[in-house]
Amino acid sequence: MSNPGAREYRFPGGFHPRDCERTKALTSSAPLTPFAPSERLILPLSQHIGAPGEPLVKKGDSLALGQVVASIKAYVSAPVHSSVSGTVVDIAPCMLPSGVAVPSIIIQNDYEDRWDPSVTPDPAPESRTPAQLRERIRAGGLVGMGGAAFPTAVKLNVPEGQAADTLLINGVECEPYLTCDHRSMLERTDELLDGAILTRVILGAKRVIFGIENNKPDAIKSIRDAIQRANIPDCTVAELPVRYPQGGEKQLIYAATGRKVPIGALPVTIGVVVLNVATTIQVSVTLRTGKPFVERAFTVTGRVREPKNLVVRLGTLVSDLVDACGGLEPDAVKLVLGGPMMGVALSRLQIPVTKGSSGIIALGLEDDIPDESPCIHCGRCTRACPMKLQTTMIDMYVRKRRYEAAKASGVMNCIECGACTYVCPAKRQLTQMCRVGKRMVPLLVK
Amino acid sequence: MQSISPGGVPGNWNASPSPHIRSGATTRGLMRDVCVALTPALACGVYFFGWQSLRVVIACVVSSVASEYVYQKLAKRAVRVNDLSALVTGLLLACGLPPTAPWWLCAMGGVTAIVLIKQIFGGLGQNFFNPALGARTILMISWATFMTASMAAQPGVMTGVDTVSIATPLAMKYADAAQAPFSIGRLFLGDVPGMMGETSKLALLIGLAYLLARRVITWHIPVSFIGTALILFAIKSGSIIDGGAAGSPTQSGLYQILSGGLFLGAIFMATDYVTSPIHPWGKIVMGAGCGLILFVIRAYNPAYPEGCSFAILLMNLVTPLINRVFRPKMFGEQPAPAKPKEAKASA
Repeated sequence: MSNPGAREYRFPGGFHPRDCERTKALTSSAPLTPFAPSERLILPLSQHIGAPGEPLVKKGDSLALGQVVASIKAYVSAPVHSSVSGTVVDIAPCMLPSGVAVPSIIIQNDYEDRWDPSVTPDPAPESRTPAQLRERIRAGGLVGMGGAAFPTAVKLNVPEGQAADTLLINGVECEPYLTCDHRSMLERTDELLDGAILTRVILGAKRVIFGIENNKPDAIKSIRDAIQRANIPDCTVAELPVRYPQGGEKQLIYAATGRKVPIGALPVTIGVVVLNVATTIQVSVTLRTGKPFVERAFTVTGRVREPKNLVVRLGTLVSDLVDACGGLEPDAVKLVLGGPMMGVALSRLQIPVTKGSSGIIALGLEDDIPDESPCIHCGRCTRACPMKLQTTMIDMYVRKRRYEAAKASGVMNCIECGACTYVCPAKRQLTQMCRVGKRMVPLLVK
Repeated sequence: MQSISPGGVPGNWNASPSPHIRSGATTRGLMRDVCVALTPALACGVYFFGWQSLRVVIACVVSSVASEYVYQKLAKRAVRVNDLSALVTGLLLACGLPPTAPWWLCAMGGVTAIVLIKQIFGGLGQNFFNPALGARTILMISWATFMTASMAAQPGVMTGVDTVSIATPLAMKYADAAQAPFSIGRLFLGDVPGMMGETSKLALLIGLAYLLARRVITWHIPVSFIGTALILFAIKSGSIIDGGAAGSPTQSGLYQILSGGLFLGAIFMATDYVTSPIHPWGKIVMGAGCGLILFVIRAYNPAYPEGCSFAILLMNLVTPLINRVFRPKMFGEQPAPAKPKEAKASA
């Protein structure tokens, strides 16, 4: 029995991705290896959800490692720090995989890694108030590292009148191929635990739950052992059966606690705050050492010669990382930034690693996307949908531009996990139609 | 730099929206599974009615697939014969025709199913009737004499078609109500007169088991369809096994569900994806509705002993409505707040 006494909750829909084990095995035993930063880095000034930052430096300025290069004024925002020391070569728009051109700072690395004087360790973060800790997290530029890149300080600020009793650490990593969270849990267990305990203090939460799928038994054991060694109360590991998209916030909350996030509400309304493992480790790093968010774990895998897990400075070009992994196999035809289910296909490799990107996957022809064929109404998409949406109907409504009907069918609640498209025998682009609906409804439906 | 792009041409990468991996399920694979599941039932038909009856199957399949190909060519649509859906329609049509059906009747069926019921409405996924069932019903109304003529089962007799036609078990019950013309065992094995693919319940159940094991369909429609019919006939006659109070063994629940096209319809026709509800409760309503209509037609309309086709077609028509009414609650959806009715009334 994995969770003694605990009831198992199974979120609706989902599936076990085929080849999940095989694709994760490419890198699951590849230790996190520091990647020496390249000569030139591109640092987009907006790497998070929320208001973009304003550049604080100009062409020709000298930069220190950890120096703030983009300021923030808005509440929902995060500053950007220089990830190397060097010189500002230029400030120019850089096309990110999202298709949006973002003002970016191009840095010439001087290879000295001089830290900015503002980076100072804190010997006793435990003695600070939650507001002070939140401010330090905010100044450190932390955002959710699982992909959504929502500013962490905002997430940890529980609104007036609400209380979080549970901190849920997301170590599910349900996407095939990716293993950087898995390796971080194994190799940085103490920092992970420390970050979780500090975050619990900030939230004033009672308990900490680590949500991890049972295909990572070594990580589960490592964290359980560390909890036992440190004798931490109210801190448990929820061992979850493998099921995509368990790493989705609402799905994980249900699987680990049995609580359902109401439609349109934030998890904190039911007393839960979810933090990704990489973010939790960064909380510990930033609060103890003062180092801002300048590097992250990153998986390079798939049809590359030597798949690896690298620790990468933000702004490093993906092409440099692929080269460091021996280059691409000749049959690689597609490059995906992020997981194979939710990641974005790249049109070129010269794009920088940003705060929310967790890996690059080179896919071969065997993963070529087949053409769409007519919907046969088999209902597999609705059965796979973790939000229990009527995906077939949404698909039809969006294609016919009937956005009112799409909204009534719940398109705005789609989490874009890709489960419907994955299971569709007619190979329809259902998730993409939901995305189109989600963009069009706010514009066209009152 | 070696990592520019395939063939050294920059910007030649495959780009498509996520997800970038897909399951192995295909429309063609699902259709192939249905064909495999239909094979035992049709094989039993050929075994009991003789080799000659095989030409019904061939005529239906050839006419269906050819109609699909020709129509798509003429209409300048993508030719999708490879998805095997027309093959399934042909096989289902053959299942519902008598072994004595002349070739031109089969061909009429194939053309009607594919062109009139499927393609005219937009092709695969757009029809509101099951094509095979719709075509069968049109043939039934247009050429009733050919359609109701059945023949005695001649197990193992591989001779020509016997021209003597005899009534099906359901048609017989009115002629001789005192005793059942066929034992339950014969009905189950399929050694009785009837349509090509409907007589052997054993073979149909094997097909059902295959479809369930391959997760092509779920249990909801077959179980609720057959279950509803069984319960209603059992209540009316007062017995599941024998005639009971009604005095006629042909009226018992078991005899009724094992007769006619009920199993074929419940397992293969009513479960057609396109024309049946998507959600579990909707499927149960569909099955129960089919069972109820079938019961009403069979029990209260002596002129028409078989009601399976009409039951399913009528429920096909209300499928969009069922899909709307039985929409599952979204994950995290709260029950709709009670409207303050009184405040509105007083205002």
